[in-house]
Amino acid sequence: MNFVGTVHTLWLREIKRFTRNKGRLVGSMAMPALFLIVLGSGFGSVFRYRGDTTYAEFIGPGIVAMSLLFSSMFGGMNVLWDKQFGFLKEILVAPVSRIAIMAGQTMGTVTTSMVKALVFLIALLAGGLVRSDLHGLLLALVFMFLISASFVSVGIAFASRMTDPHAFPLIMNFLIMPVFFLSGALFPLDRVPEWLLVTTRMNPLTYGVDGMRFALGAPSQFSPWLNLAVLLVFWIGTTLVGALLFRKMSV
Amino acid sequence: MSDGIARGTISITSLTKVFGNLTALKAVNLEIGKGELFGLLGPNGAGKTTLISILATILPASRGTASVCGHDVQKEQEAVRRAIGIVFQDPSLDDELTGHENLDFHGRLYGMRAGVRASRIDEVLSLVDLSQRRNDLVKTYSGGMRRRLEIARGLMHRPEVLFLDEPTLGLDPQTRRKIWIYIKSLKDSFGMTIILTTHYMDEADRLCSRVAIIDRGEIVALDSPQNLKARLGGDVLLVDISDPNPEFVEKLKENAELRSVSIQDGELILTVTRGESFVPRVFETAHALGVAISEVSMRKPNLEDVFIQLTGREIRDEPSIEPKDRVRIYRQGRRK
Repeated sequence: MNFVGTVHTLWLREIKRFTRNKGRLVGSMAMPALFLIVLGSGFGSVFRYRGDTTYAEFIGPGIVAMSLLFSSMFGGMNVLWDKQFGFLKEILVAPVSRIAIMAGQTMGTVTTSMVKALVFLIALLAGGLVRSDLHGLLLALVFMFLISASFVSVGIAFASRMTDPHAFPLIMNFLIMPVFFLSGALFPLDRVPEWLLVTTRMNPLTYGVDGMRFALGAPSQFSPWLNLAVLLVFWIGTTLVGALLFRKMSV
Repeated sequence: MSDGIARGTISITSLTKVFGNLTALKAVNLEIGKGELFGLLGPNGAGKTTLISILATILPASRGTASVCGHDVQKEQEAVRRAIGIVFQDPSLDDELTGHENLDFHGRLYGMRAGVRASRIDEVLSLVDLSQRRNDLVKTYSGGMRRRLEIARGLMHRPEVLFLDEPTLGLDPQTRRKIWIYIKSLKDSFGMTIILTTHYMDEADRLCSRVAIIDRGEIVALDSPQNLKARLGGDVLLVDISDPNPEFVEKLKENAELRSVSIQDGELILTVTRGESFVPRVFETAHALGVAISEVSMRKPNLEDVFIQLTGREIRDEPSIEPKDRVRIYRQGRRK
């Protein structure tokens, strides 16, 4: 069977499962909304940064990136459940390439993660916390795709080597939290101590968050080209590692 | 291979599988012909699933070769996968999709066009009596319905070879009987080669044209169920004694008519040439030694007796079998 057909089949399954679970969509909105509302209101009064940018406006793009980070990394969970419930055997015994399976699984999770993040982004736009034009939104979509696809591959890479679906969230949280907090999503990076600056610069999500800020009209620090370049390299890297581990996975 | 010998649909040559320090398959050789309904019979942990997994390309072999429909299972995985259907021992459905969606997913993965997919789904669903439930989520299905859906899925792409790994494990007797009927009709109407693993002796006996008895990674017997039982010959006597006196067994063994003895739950299982004439001997011997006999019954040998004679163990003695399965096999053994 052809590559595109397999990717489409896997993608379609992901979408069906997603649309069937409205509760999960609503549930996935809760955490970013909480961050935005509580942090936005709580720190709003003490935040002074580059003119009239409010704190909620400052963290808005970062919270969209957070939503992507969470749902993308946890996408690996689907692979683990498929392992647990045996469905992975059905997929792996079919006459299709593993790379196509991995690509389909990735595209499915990227789609659902982006839908969740987009719903949140639209809410931000409606609330006036984000000001952007069509070009900005299109650029934001590119950044959202790169963030999501990269971290889906990270999640799948871990899931390929694991068997216990209960251990997966623990490990993911262990990774997600530092990646998020050290990304500059919650604070500007031009006034932080040296050690924090170095750490955040090594974090690929920093460039995703900064790119999102640029695209969505919030103050950014790096050139959008640098942001795009770093994310592209990160995406290619994680995809290669993810594909390698997914290929070697046994059931 | 061009060795001049007509090769079967499945051809296995000195296939070995080693997991760490456990040898799951020991140099297995086997040829299975086109259209056979072939049984791999043995206790849990005997190596049946390992063998099927290697044939289905989901497990690499340690040594040896195997081919399915002329394709090497190690080197031509995609060709093998195209030719086979498999119903795994453990469930492998997406229970957040409907029955129809599970089949549609399968059809797409096997590259079937939309029209073929739709008609094939109708066909296999009616074959397993699930047409009415096609649009229900699989999580609302009972165990038997799931099993039937999996069998239907294995048939969707009309494989040349169908593997059924313990197709009736954990099902109630009524559902088991129904699934047996499906399996038989598959062979009759599609002429496909079916390889079935089971640790239910009656299942192999009823369904299979040929059976390989597999124990601890080795094929210990290979023949039709009829021939296997005939080879054992005679009758099986079940002697219930209060006290399994070793001397009693030794005395009985002096008779040339006695072929094998085993003890299970305080019951002697004797294989003898002629049951009718051996029963008086049993009583005479018991009387001489003062052994109390509470019950004697006689039956024709079944595959389980063949297994006992070949391995010296009961198939149900394997510790990995769940207690409820033990009881079931035991009762069925006694009913005959």
